[in-house]
Amino acid sequence: MKKLLIALVALVPTLAIAAGGGAPLQEANIDLNDTESLQRGLGLFQENCAGCHSTQYQRYGRVAEDLNIPIDEMRAKYLPEGAKIGELMENAIPDADAAKWFGAAPPDLTLVARVRGEDWIYSYLHGFYKDESRPFGVNNTIFPMVGMPHVLEGLQGLPVKQEDGTIVATGGALSAEEYDQVVRDITGFLVYSGDPIKLERERLGWWVLGFLFIFFIVAYLLKKEYWKDVH
Amino acid sequence: MVKNIVNWIDERIPMTATYNRHVGQYATPSNFNFWYFFGSLAMLVLVNQLLTGIWLTMNYVPTAEGAFASIEYIMRDVEYGWLLRYMHSTGASAFFVVIYLHMFRGLIYGSYQKPRELLWLFGMLIFLVLMAEAFMGYLLPWGQMSYWGAQVIISLFGAIPVIGDDLTLWIRGDFVVSGATLNRFFALHVIALPLVLVVLVFLHLIALHEVGSNNPDGIEIKKNKDENGWPKDGIPFHPYYTVKDIMGVAGFLIVFCYVLFFMPEGGGYFLEKPNFEAANPMKTPEHIAPVWYFTPFYAILRAIPDKLMGVIGMGLAIGVLFILPWLDRCNVKSIRYRSLTHKLNISQFAVSFLVLGYLGAVPATPALTIAARIFTITYFGFFLFLWIYSKNEKTKPVPERLTH
Amino acid sequence: MSNAPVDTGRRRFLTAATAVVGGAGAAAVAVPFIKSWNPSAKAKAAGAPVEVNISKIEPGQLIRVEWRGKPVWVVRRTQEILDGLPAIDGQLRDPDSVEPQQPAYAQNTVRSIKAEFFIAVGLCTHLGCSPTYLPDTFGEQVEGVASGFFCPCHGSKFDMAGRVFQGVPAPLNLVIPPHQYLDDSTVLIGVDKGAA
Repeated sequence: MKKLLIALVALVPTLAIAAGGGAPLQEANIDLNDTESLQRGLGLFQENCAGCHSTQYQRYGRVAEDLNIPIDEMRAKYLPEGAKIGELMENAIPDADAAKWFGAAPPDLTLVARVRGEDWIYSYLHGFYKDESRPFGVNNTIFPMVGMPHVLEGLQGLPVKQEDGTIVATGGALSAEEYDQVVRDITGFLVYSGDPIKLERERLGWWVLGFLFIFFIVAYLLKKEYWKDVH
Repeated sequence: MVKNIVNWIDERIPMTATYNRHVGQYATPSNFNFWYFFGSLAMLVLVNQLLTGIWLTMNYVPTAEGAFASIEYIMRDVEYGWLLRYMHSTGASAFFVVIYLHMFRGLIYGSYQKPRELLWLFGMLIFLVLMAEAFMGYLLPWGQMSYWGAQVIISLFGAIPVIGDDLTLWIRGDFVVSGATLNRFFALHVIALPLVLVVLVFLHLIALHEVGSNNPDGIEIKKNKDENGWPKDGIPFHPYYTVKDIMGVAGFLIVFCYVLFFMPEGGGYFLEKPNFEAANPMKTPEHIAPVWYFTPFYAILRAIPDKLMGVIGMGLAIGVLFILPWLDRCNVKSIRYRSLTHKLNISQFAVSFLVLGYLGAVPATPALTIAARIFTITYFGFFLFLWIYSKNEKTKPVPERLTH
Repeated sequence: MSNAPVDTGRRRFLTAATAVVGGAGAAAVAVPFIKSWNPSAKAKAAGAPVEVNISKIEPGQLIRVEWRGKPVWVVRRTQEILDGLPAIDGQLRDPDSVEPQQPAYAQNTVRSIKAEFFIAVGLCTHLGCSPTYLPDTFGEQVEGVASGFFCPCHGSKFDMAGRVFQGVPAPLNLVIPPHQYLDDSTVLIGVDKGAA
């Protein structure tokens, strides 16, 4: 019987390893506790991405609260014209128009980090390279035949794919390291958006586990006391 | 005062008698081990699912247009909605973990054997309804996996000759999975099947208490009674097993809450990644896999290179469990006193089941398909071998009294 | 079963301890179930304070705005109406607004911050119907009073400061919601000054 159990347990890591795989991705290493990074990410997202991509399941007010942004600052810096603080972060352009311009409506990105993972987003934003055959003049190593322009080109510069497959960008406003940080900030914000309750959930989780541990001990002692009758 | 009230009630319904019969004076074997926690835990998870389920319906919108957004609304806008939702989604997986272990317990200790055949059958019906319940519940978030998983599973019925196509159309109520399908699945998931489930659980318990619990030694404690008619190896369920089960609940909740609070997606197995994308009938996700608790059966379906035979094979994999009490012709119940052949057979069955579960979760490759075929054969082989060797199995002597 | 002596004190203590800890756990589990019934972020956003531009309201005109799903009236009262208010005190239940149906800053003869603009929740204090504004024909209801509010459900009557008349089912004056003036032409309904 014990051997059987051991055999079962031994199978578990096999399952876990098999769950990974796919294209090689760069590690994003984001930190949800780094509020400043998330704030920058929000700013970068609103400036560069929000024109086409909504994050329509979250509200401006909640984001401000979670990222420690005072309401007035949120209104002044991050809210589009006419938007209210309690509203969902919906898109400025209607889906039908967007579909006309891009061939397909740009997807909502609230949950993209939960669908793709943080490393995917980080690698994707590093994956653009010059490709004249594509309608927007760029392609992407992570998302081949990508249907959007390289929005961050002004920051990164025009990336060119080298013989060895690496991508080198020149003429951008930022150095390579600065661009890494910009991408990390955006990725962090999207990870936050996908699961805004994560930090609070884990904080609460430790209390719950602590409580259950005490409960278990009390229950164990009670059981042991009663079972003195039996053994 | 309290006594008067109790008397008043007892004169009208058999409250105290029922309590004594099923709890206070219910004779339980004194040697239950770890495996015996999972019955009470299944009950706990059922209550969790019922309560959180009721609460989720308060904010869920069962329409194709509103379902996905309403889940995010629950996750973000409703106070503690995220906790209720994760309790329900983690609970669904926990339910199957607990049920599979509970069934395995029955398997190794021969709890399905005479006189507990009906108890086993009620249990199998619970398992069947639970699978239907889980399948329909998984459509409700209306994510990509919800949608395409339902599409695939419903299409299985299309394999049935003659009526197949009409049947799938009837189940969906549309030419593809649509809002109509969502609405009927919602109704079944929140009302019809839970009612059936609760009734079956009740019958399962009635059947259990009629014949009495089996135990790791597979001995009938009722055969050995003292002068008062109390089984010598029996202890009253309360307080001994109530306090023990409370301890089990606490231990279970530690694991459950760890998953709930720190990895609610269960590594992509409890909540699959593509399901965070709203259902899109125009685009199939790259890799469709059912939720982990269906993958062993799904692997059998994929292993058989014929649509109808695959569906039949999958159905048989579940169906054969129903007739287990009649396949096992041995008189000894517990694995402790059975032959090495039986021990090996149960071990290979457990391994087959787990490997099939793994194979059903990953994309099929030619090599893995061959593996799935081999383990499909060993899965069914378990039942065939059991039927053959159990007739004249060389067993060890079973003790008169329980061992501890 | 062994016949070892039973330490009943320890048993009782451990049973109580388990019951207390378990009970605390059950109570904690009830919290999310109870709290999930509070207004959601969506409901709160919909119930957020409403800004109203009052510069375009004609004298004698009433506009309705929605605040927390309720109709809120903004009426621009003429000097004639304001002058007529004290004259009908004798026909009212609560002419001096003693009952707490208004914030302190609206507890005055005209029941408003600026006399010209009357702001009130347009729901009858009887059973919640929305009274009709009768700017010219209120005289048919109360002789000698040109304008007021008349509830079609059960016939309650209110004057141009939302004060309830005697002899009607409604017990109290109309509710004045918390509000503040952001500037001369904008009023924010739903929040008191300083509590922003």
